[in-house]
Amino acid sequence: MAGITSYGAYVPIYRINRMTIYSALGWLNPASLLPGEKAVANYDEDSLTMAVASAMDCLRGVEREKIDGLFFAATTTPYKERQNAGIIATALDLRPDLRTSDFTTSIKAGTGALISAYDAVTSGSAKNVMVCASDCRLGKPGGFQEEIYGDGAAAFLLGDSGVIASVEGTYSVSYDFVDTWRAAEDRYNRASEDRWIRDEGYSKFISEAISGLLHKYNLTPQDFAKVVYPCLYVRAHADIGKKLGFEPGQIQDHMFTAIGNTGTAYTLMILVAALEDAKPGDKILVASYGNGSDALFLQVTDEIEKARDRRGIKGHLASKKDLGSYEKYTTFREILDIDTGGRGEEIAATQQTTLWRERKMILGLCGSKCKRCGMPQYPPQQICANPKCGAINEMEDYRFSDKKGRLFTYTGDVLAFSPSPPAIYGMVDFEGGGRWLFDLNDCDLDSLEVGMPVEMSFRRKYHDVSRGIHAYYWKATLVRA
Amino acid sequence: MAEGIKDRVAIIGMGCTKFGERWDMSPQALMVEAFTEAIEDAGIEKKDIDAAWSGTCYEEVSVGKSAIPLAVTLKLPFIAATRVENFCATGSEALRGACYAVAAGAYDICLALGVEKLKDIGYAGLPQVDTQVGTALRFAFPNYTPPGMFAMMGTRYFAQYGLSPQEGKRALAHISVKSHHNGALNPKAHLRREITIDEVMNAPIVAWPLGLFDCCGVSDGAAAAIVTRADMAKKFRPDPVYVKALQIAVSSGEEMMCTDWDYAHVETTVHASQRAYREAGIKNAREEISMMEVHDCFSITELTEYEDLGISPRGRAKEDIEAGFFDLDGKIPCQPDGGLKCFGHPIGASGLRMMYEMYKQLQGKAGPRQIKDPKFGLTHNMGGIPPLNVVSVCIVGL
Repeated sequence: MAGITSYGAYVPIYRINRMTIYSALGWLNPASLLPGEKAVANYDEDSLTMAVASAMDCLRGVEREKIDGLFFAATTTPYKERQNAGIIATALDLRPDLRTSDFTTSIKAGTGALISAYDAVTSGSAKNVMVCASDCRLGKPGGFQEEIYGDGAAAFLLGDSGVIASVEGTYSVSYDFVDTWRAAEDRYNRASEDRWIRDEGYSKFISEAISGLLHKYNLTPQDFAKVVYPCLYVRAHADIGKKLGFEPGQIQDHMFTAIGNTGTAYTLMILVAALEDAKPGDKILVASYGNGSDALFLQVTDEIEKARDRRGIKGHLASKKDLGSYEKYTTFREILDIDTGGRGEEIAATQQTTLWRERKMILGLCGSKCKRCGMPQYPPQQICANPKCGAINEMEDYRFSDKKGRLFTYTGDVLAFSPSPPAIYGMVDFEGGGRWLFDLNDCDLDSLEVGMPVEMSFRRKYHDVSRGIHAYYWKATLVRA
Repeated sequence: MAEGIKDRVAIIGMGCTKFGERWDMSPQALMVEAFTEAIEDAGIEKKDIDAAWSGTCYEEVSVGKSAIPLAVTLKLPFIAATRVENFCATGSEALRGACYAVAAGAYDICLALGVEKLKDIGYAGLPQVDTQVGTALRFAFPNYTPPGMFAMMGTRYFAQYGLSPQEGKRALAHISVKSHHNGALNPKAHLRREITIDEVMNAPIVAWPLGLFDCCGVSDGAAAAIVTRADMAKKFRPDPVYVKALQIAVSSGEEMMCTDWDYAHVETTVHASQRAYREAGIKNAREEISMMEVHDCFSITELTEYEDLGISPRGRAKEDIEAGFFDLDGKIPCQPDGGLKCFGHPIGASGLRMMYEMYKQLQGKAGPRQIKDPKFGLTHNMGGIPPLNVVSVCIVGL
């Protein structure tokens, strides 16, 4: 039996109410107002950092050493050449004898990666494959797409032992249906007419994939506890399930008004929400959308009870902050070309030689632990930093990214350039030993106190547009509820 | 412990430019201004100088690397010249190089000169050189500026000693008010205006809890010293100032990487000052030190230094501050010239600028700021950030 052995999700802390967007640009396109709010990545988040965050959630209690595959699915990969999955694998401190791939250019790439991971496990070519799906798409200011798109990520681990939801079957349809597209030179998505997308694409392909799967495995809608599929149009979403013969209670909530359409991650995030409430024995039907549709048939096992400690969708939805202004949203997404001042313009050239040599320290947040005195220390040292020890070359690797810490001291710096001033940073003392200085994000200066618990979050350190560099590192965040 | 260099080297001449936004002055012109005052004060000629040390921290926005700019600007032909850099202790390192060379018997007369031209950066504050911590650590350091790194010492000090932000900020405000009072009396200072406690308390925040008046200025300047063998000093002038101690201490990582250090004091200052007191033969600093120029890049830095230098009891600097102990008419006047607070901090020049004030005070030439009968003057620099830094402590006397 092969299938999902763990799951995780990530929703950035910021939301923007769609009325806030409409208030700023509704005059341009009065028909564009959509209900609810959408999740917005912070200025230092992108599809890659959110993928790492969802993977960290998925990896709770998992031995990372056993993972031998990592697939990353996104249409908004920060790099077009340089494997993004490789960056994620390094951040997660996975072993180097690892199969990595990026699945991209369609928002059904998430289910594509999931099915490929399942195939790798069932073929025996890999034992434990992680799939991360994430997106951070941009619609043009003032258009429907801008209101539709939300940011988020989901992660799954596939394997053949400790399966919490087995994959019992799949059925796919693929069409070159051009509803939304983005050429290599484009920054924003373009879209065809909504009515055509809704009636000829969205409503038909999901129905075709689900019907095909039901027919292939001789099942009926009544066999399933939940059906999971993404939402492009709220009313059409309900109609798809109804026409296929599902009761409203069987249709998993689409979260369109709470998070938005998160592209490649969307179907898988809804699946995470379904698994959070699933009971052993439940059958779940999943269908993605994007240039066709992939459908999967999952069977929940008794093991599901062991995976209840994930932050998942529910945990992330429980903590949120209103971004407040459209100008802040466009600043975070680098749509608005703000005045950074001279200090903000100063970015030294990035030494790829250094980043390669120190990849475990910088991307992996690995330090060292002295084998003689036992003190964890960051960054990695050769000579023990403990003045009472001083052992030379008796170190072993020690990962800090999954350790909790306490805020030892902090400040909010107005002089340092930040797209979200003040720049907040502080000293973190890790549980188990070791300390370092970290940027803090997703928090307000007024809410901080010495001694508060913090955890580590993989973020974009800087974006050097002139040299095409997205540089990554770890920051501290307050522990999310 | 080695016996040190107490009373083996004397300062016989010093020069210091006016500090400030010297938009019309090149770093070379600043060097000449400080140098000519120093050699005239010493009564020597250029050709008498055997060796020179120049101190510049941010050479990228100033004179460039090496000691060549010094030799070329001052036309010091083919002598031994060395550039030093050790963050904010750079100027004191230049002096240390010159003094150690004389003490070693290698040369008779040496020049130490520090210069920094910060106002050519193009924006406020110190240069944002993200590789100044190295090409690997640049990724691991937060997006920081010096005010933030020192502000965290305020956060921590307040928490550790149970001060509310208002109580803590009020104690810090006394420090800045005192320095502005002194700076207003000094024609070479950059900022020459008296300020009030309320102004300091209500100033815009730069890095919480530090406001505008908790931060020193950023300026251009240069300062220079001529040093010689103690046994030759009186040939040049009747009132040479003798070097009693020169000490440097550098963090080796324990504050930053172990969890013992409290971020409410600077451990290097404790080590450097204790060594300096031993070298100078000082048993009780609070009783024997007459005056100090300490590294007041931020008000919280100065507060913690009172304790780290062994002047105020741990956690109780606030009482001394509020009692006026460090005021110009107090027991140990601190920053009699106005400090970094009023001079600004052209890094390479600052250590020598501090020494200039101690030198003038010991010679009784400090005008309206003159302290009565000083015996020992102490200068202190602290470069880097509280968890990782370089500290210099120099003690001079008659």
